[in-house]
Amino acid sequence: MAKVTIDGIEVEVPNGSSVIQAAEAAGVEIPRFCYHERLSVAGNCRMCLVEIEKMPPRPQAACGMPVSDGMVVHTDTEMVRKGRRGVMEFLLINHPLDCPICDQGGECDLQDEAVSYGRDYSRYDEAKRAVTQPDWGPLVKTTMTRCIHCTRCIRFTTEVAGVAELGATSRGETTQVGTYVQKALSSELSGNIIDLCPVGALTSKPYAFTARPWELRKTDSVDVLDAVGANIRVDARGAEVLRILPRMNDDVNEEWLGDKSRFSVDGLKRRRLDRPWLRENGKLRPASWEEVFAVIAARMKGVTPDKLGAIAGDQCDVESLLALKQFFTAMGSQNIDCRQDGAVFDSSRRSFYLFNTTIAGIDEADALLIIGSNPRHEAPVLNARIRKRWLAGGFMVGLIGMPHQLTYPVDQVGAGPEAIGALLDGLAPFANVLAAAKKPMIILGAGVLARPDGAAIHSAAWQLALKYNMLTTEWHGFNVLHNAAARTGALDIGFVPGVAGKATTQMLRGGVDVLWLQAADELDVAAIGKDTFVIYQGHHGDTGAARADVILPGAAYTEKDGTYVNTEGRVQYGAVAVKPPGDAREDWRIIRALSAYMGHALPYDTLQELRAHLADSYPVFAVDGGFHRFAGTDTAVPAGDVAAMSNVPFTPVFSNYYQTDSISRASPTMAACIAAHAPAAAEAAE
Amino acid sequence: MSTQVEVQTFAFDDVSEAAVAKAIALYPPGKQMSAVKALLDIAQRQMARLTGIGWVPQAAMDVIAQRLGVAPIRVYENATFYTMFNTKPVGKYHLQVCTTTPCWLRGSDDIVKTCKSATGISSFGQTSEDGLFTLTEVECLGACVNAPILQINDDYYEDLDAARTEALLDGLKAGGALPPAGSTIGRQASAPVTHQTTLLPANGPAE
Repeated sequence: MAKVTIDGIEVEVPNGSSVIQAAEAAGVEIPRFCYHERLSVAGNCRMCLVEIEKMPPRPQAACGMPVSDGMVVHTDTEMVRKGRRGVMEFLLINHPLDCPICDQGGECDLQDEAVSYGRDYSRYDEAKRAVTQPDWGPLVKTTMTRCIHCTRCIRFTTEVAGVAELGATSRGETTQVGTYVQKALSSELSGNIIDLCPVGALTSKPYAFTARPWELRKTDSVDVLDAVGANIRVDARGAEVLRILPRMNDDVNEEWLGDKSRFSVDGLKRRRLDRPWLRENGKLRPASWEEVFAVIAARMKGVTPDKLGAIAGDQCDVESLLALKQFFTAMGSQNIDCRQDGAVFDSSRRSFYLFNTTIAGIDEADALLIIGSNPRHEAPVLNARIRKRWLAGGFMVGLIGMPHQLTYPVDQVGAGPEAIGALLDGLAPFANVLAAAKKPMIILGAGVLARPDGAAIHSAAWQLALKYNMLTTEWHGFNVLHNAAARTGALDIGFVPGVAGKATTQMLRGGVDVLWLQAADELDVAAIGKDTFVIYQGHHGDTGAARADVILPGAAYTEKDGTYVNTEGRVQYGAVAVKPPGDAREDWRIIRALSAYMGHALPYDTLQELRAHLADSYPVFAVDGGFHRFAGTDTAVPAGDVAAMSNVPFTPVFSNYYQTDSISRASPTMAACIAAHAPAAAEAAE
Repeated sequence: MSTQVEVQTFAFDDVSEAAVAKAIALYPPGKQMSAVKALLDIAQRQMARLTGIGWVPQAAMDVIAQRLGVAPIRVYENATFYTMFNTKPVGKYHLQVCTTTPCWLRGSDDIVKTCKSATGISSFGQTSEDGLFTLTEVECLGACVNAPILQINDDYYEDLDAARTEALLDGLKAGGALPPAGSTIGRQASAPVTHQTTLLPANGPAE
């Protein structure tokens, strides 16, 4: 540790820290454009100049200067101020005076620093630099005249996203940050360079000229477009969600967000179900709440309880699922399932279906085996975490399944379950890697569990974890990577068929007479029995609603207070940013109202009461954040006959990254992404 | 202006391959990227050898990136940063006039003017109609003693004035080969023009 004095404040920081980090620790803000704590140090903007005692009498760049014991730093002397003013003058030489038409206005680092260090006039008489406008695809809007060459975007795409497409070409005044060859950025994390850009060079294309930051109502929430549960901030104006930005959470998403989660927001106002609908003579017609309740009550009372079924979708909040489960229990039915993909596996213990290592725990692992998953598409932020671990060195990754372009090199161990068998027998070369590792981990893709031999593979993967010492008192290396935000929470409250209950596949093909789809769109609606009466509760007019006989308009994740459990078992809370459109209501309230209508009133009237009930029944929800890391002490193997594994190779869960759920399918931006990447995807498929 | 040459594919020929292997072998395993500038140069020379135009098409940069196991953008960055690499086709003779202060004080403006009038090029960066010449303004070529300097392809022509520049270019236009490089006034290396002024036997160390 080194003792450093910053502006008279003494702090102790680890050796090797930079002066800017020491200043951060001391609570002293040093302006910076190129420095970013999650990226490598470039030291090219020169804005973080400070004065250091007993050093040559000139300003020093704080980001690149390592601390030494007893260092005395001043961040606000005449020399520092003069230096920074000089830097600002140079940066502004070629920077256009277009703040009034720039989307960064109001949240621009350059604008903010210009207040402190800018001059009120320019001494530069020559013409400003002109640049051609590159096109980086449908997400990132470029205005490169504003670029100050901080290279944050280059470093992010190269280091974090692992897709080296951006670079600084040419030199001096003609330096251009870009792709050199015209192309759309192919990273699933490309939106983050918009946040990173300290000026208005990179802004959001779909959000262009939409709002100013000070007009927005900001709500902290949780993302549900994948199962990582990235922490987000929902920015809304009036009744409209305008944009979604990541919030910092080092344990989950650091400060990154996948493009689908960020840019699907325009899907939130399209194809919405804003009033109840009723099918009459084969056609849906608008109806009132009273009408649809009457129809549902008549139908549900008309069948025996074992002919009632409910399937939950991928983005449901735990509250609505608990209400639905208890409603069905009250009706006497055990036919409930949260696995609309048809997966059947042993979920009797939490560690069987969680990402037990935790996302932050990836940093500690020293070997990884991915089974039947493409984390780059199923959880891009988590994939960036794996890449971060790989970059740190001493980390081998093996892959069983289709070869994917992940952002780190992988050992192709096999294509299907037989490779798991080989590893269990210690035959595959990768077995040596796992055996030598101290903290190895397995990531089992949720898509695998939906296979007919899912339970067998689930059990085999667990046995693999046992064999290779992944379950110890200090370490749990067995992980299921879900791709549905609702899945973990639903399994936590036991939204699975009761002893005599029917699972998803059994409810289809006429297995039940009345089928309740709770925002379930990812199942094969054609497989629903022809005479099955379908009640669809949800927010988008997608596949489920198209098949429905009755539609109950619910709320999307930005429109309700909801609890979500991410793939690692972390309980997080989403919040209302805007009200649901039209007659749509919060989902649990709809179920609560219907339960009362049918004479089985659920025992809660408010969200607080519901949450108290939830915490009482399921202790994981009792603690805010409800999260602790498991040790791998309970080694009992999940049910499943390993011998039942077939030799069918694993296939990708998603055919594309951008449209995987009802919200992103309604998003024109996501459709544009698919169009932009279509030729590349076709090429990769060849 | 010469029409833009489209080069879709590029492959190192045998001559280049030998040089490539040598260049890569200079660096330890895992540090092959260090050979990027050598490979760009080899590619440019191969293009000059085979097509008469020394430049590096994008196809060549992609081949180099693949050979070195780096992202193509890392090669583009290098190729565009260094003015010695031509990322667009140039004329058979690439005229690189230094206009940095010493050359400028010694009359580089005249050299530029002459280059333009002799070749019909109107501004820097352009190629003459006949495709023979491309005129580029460069910064200090490091031969200030013999300023002003005009670099043609790999060779320096020094101590120029308008007349000698015109004669030089006329010779090339007439199909002549490049004359011997160096001073155009017979100066020996960078020695004083008049006579030796230092290290004279009387002042020098006893032999």
